[in-house]
Amino acid sequence: MPVITYREAIRAALAEEIARDENVVLMGEEVAQFHGAYKVSEGLLEKFGPDRIVDTPISEAGFIGMGVGASMLGIRPVMELMFWSFYSVAFDQILNNAANVRYMSGGLINCPIVIRGPANGGTNVGATHSHTPENVLANHPGVKVIVPATAADAKGLLKSAIRDNDPCFFLENTILYGEKGEVSDDPELLIPLGVADVKRQGSDLTIVTYGRCVLHSLAAAAILEKEHDISVEVVDLRTIRPLDFDTVLASVKKTHRVLVVEEQKPFASVGSQLAYLIQREAFDELDGPIHRLATIDAPAIYSPPVEVEQLPNPQRVLKAALAALA
Amino acid sequence: MANIIEMPKLSDTMTVGTLVKWLKKEGDSVKSGDMLAEVETDKATMELECFFDGTLLKIFSPAGSQVAIGAPLCAVGKPGEVVEAPAGQPAAPAAAPASKEEPKAPAPAPVVTAPTHAPAPVAASVSEQSRAVGERIKISPLAKKLADEKGVDPSTVTGSGPGGRIVRADIEAAAKNPKPAAKSGGGATFTGGAIGAKGPVQIERAVPVSTMRGVIAKRLLESKTTIPHFYLEIEVDAEPLLALREQLNKGLADAGVKLSVNDFILKASAEALRKVPDVNASWHGTEIRYHAAANVSFAVALPDGLITPVVFNAHEKSVFQISTEAKSLGKKAKDKKLQPAEFTGGTFCVSNLGMMGIPKFLPIINPPNAAILGVGTTVTKPVVKNGQIVVGQTLTLTLSADHRVVDGAVGAQFLGALKSVLETPALLLV
Repeated sequence: MPVITYREAIRAALAEEIARDENVVLMGEEVAQFHGAYKVSEGLLEKFGPDRIVDTPISEAGFIGMGVGASMLGIRPVMELMFWSFYSVAFDQILNNAANVRYMSGGLINCPIVIRGPANGGTNVGATHSHTPENVLANHPGVKVIVPATAADAKGLLKSAIRDNDPCFFLENTILYGEKGEVSDDPELLIPLGVADVKRQGSDLTIVTYGRCVLHSLAAAAILEKEHDISVEVVDLRTIRPLDFDTVLASVKKTHRVLVVEEQKPFASVGSQLAYLIQREAFDELDGPIHRLATIDAPAIYSPPVEVEQLPNPQRVLKAALAALA
Repeated sequence: MANIIEMPKLSDTMTVGTLVKWLKKEGDSVKSGDMLAEVETDKATMELECFFDGTLLKIFSPAGSQVAIGAPLCAVGKPGEVVEAPAGQPAAPAAAPASKEEPKAPAPAPVVTAPTHAPAPVAASVSEQSRAVGERIKISPLAKKLADEKGVDPSTVTGSGPGGRIVRADIEAAAKNPKPAAKSGGGATFTGGAIGAKGPVQIERAVPVSTMRGVIAKRLLESKTTIPHFYLEIEVDAEPLLALREQLNKGLADAGVKLSVNDFILKASAEALRKVPDVNASWHGTEIRYHAAANVSFAVALPDGLITPVVFNAHEKSVFQISTEAKSLGKKAKDKKLQPAEFTGGTFCVSNLGMMGIPKFLPIINPPNAAILGVGTTVTKPVVKNGQIVVGQTLTLTLSADHRVVDGAVGAQFLGALKSVLETPALLLV
């Protein structure tokens, strides 16, 4: 299989779907002539022309609203947010309109929009550009929330999202854009939404995680095995909603100890929901309290060395894993 | 806001009250002046009056429980109103006897199921470790489940987790290397540790005295130090009794009847009391009361103490009736469901350690009884019959008697009468 970057995998998914379905379009700030702020759409304007790859004004409320409307009329728009942090400008369009349209219309109107872009900290872009809103998004019934960790997952999941008839929010990571992995070039290889992936088998501790924290967790798991003789299972949720809780539960029943790792502010996070569900459904399987490692609860810290410590990283995961095994 | 009704002070010396019976149940509508429950104090049984109109929302103290003054009994409020278990009630002297299976974190009320009246401190030789009042065993949910599955008593396990929490590994280790249980289940069986097992015999710890143990301690000490005990012993030929019992049990097996040696002894004691009624008496300082009915109590060992339920009017009952009643009382005692009326009012007590293999022992009198019978195990041994040494089966009975009431000769007559009844046991069936 070809080894490509996470960025190239997303680009490939876009190109394949735009080629496959004439209703698929990519819209966003600087996605066409500038090839996207993070160069995800490089070459797509040249290949598909300005009807399919559309630059929009710097107005999220305006262009996301336009995308929501277009999707209601049969277009399958993929809207790029330069940063997911700007979703709040279009909060009403995303979470009041797109999320509720199918329900409000009695099932008559679908809203097959994909909104994608990076949502992560760790690049010293400051508090207003570092939000990770997957918990906020997933709090709305009617939406799907996807946070891919690897190039292969990014491609397969984005293709599924584009073909899905509900609003799909696809949260990428600027630090992962350069990460390479084996990715199939089969244009029909889709990864279904709502299916978690056990990225590493283990027997002593389950780490439930998603996004870039999957990589941190795998790095920590390797150290734990080598230096502490601890066998860690890493469950990558891949989609936050729908949530594949069966896979989580099966792993908890196997290891009896749980650590949730997330690049999220801890208050009312995805991990909070997971901890609730796990204790509710697997209380008698737990040999210790559910632990969680999240971003330290503060606005994204601007100082680069401090920001590294604010976010989960392999050393923090390692410490948290040992605590969860106490 | 619901009104919480607390245990009132119903007499000047009262510290706790026994909730004998609820007259209303949860969900019943009540009005001011209604009687909610019967409460037994150290002096009398009284009715608990309601001073509110509304619905009885929640009962915090079940019937049979002992509740300290000021502790919440129930809540009365608007229908459907949610009542929180009141926490942090005024410090009450009584508290829940710890049950390892149900560590109640926010105990709604200091409730004791121990009886107000002394639970007849009889078999002083049965020693039990009681867990501290309200003490929680910290154990992970998985470890708790495993402990149940593997039959490991968590109270014997030292936790290796944070704050001493027992985790899976501790239970697995304990299951491989069992230690003696800190307390034996029914009291009648002893689960010993494996010979050669490693580690300490038990966890070093100080355990606060439970209410039941406190009562036992007080009454035992009082009995042993203020009653002039004397002791008599007699050996009974148990062969006729054992033969009769076997015959009856074989013949009645289809009917599900199984009579125990103790059932016969309870019945025989009643008969012997009829023959020597001076033993069926009690000392009351300026008078000795002689009792018309033979209310024969028997000691039942509990995990955290013991209690003596009473077979009332045993002199009027058949062995079969006594057996049925004793079984039911024994079960209630172990389930802590005995009502005060079922363990008070005995006139004579029987304590039997025969099933534990003890040949004979000298029990402490259960006041205000004048005597207590100690029953040993049946022993197979050489006996002389018709001038020949043959293999026989014997039973040793001892009588501890209060010399203020019963003199040596009277006690001897009683044991003689008991022996003669037990050696011709068919008479018990008449």
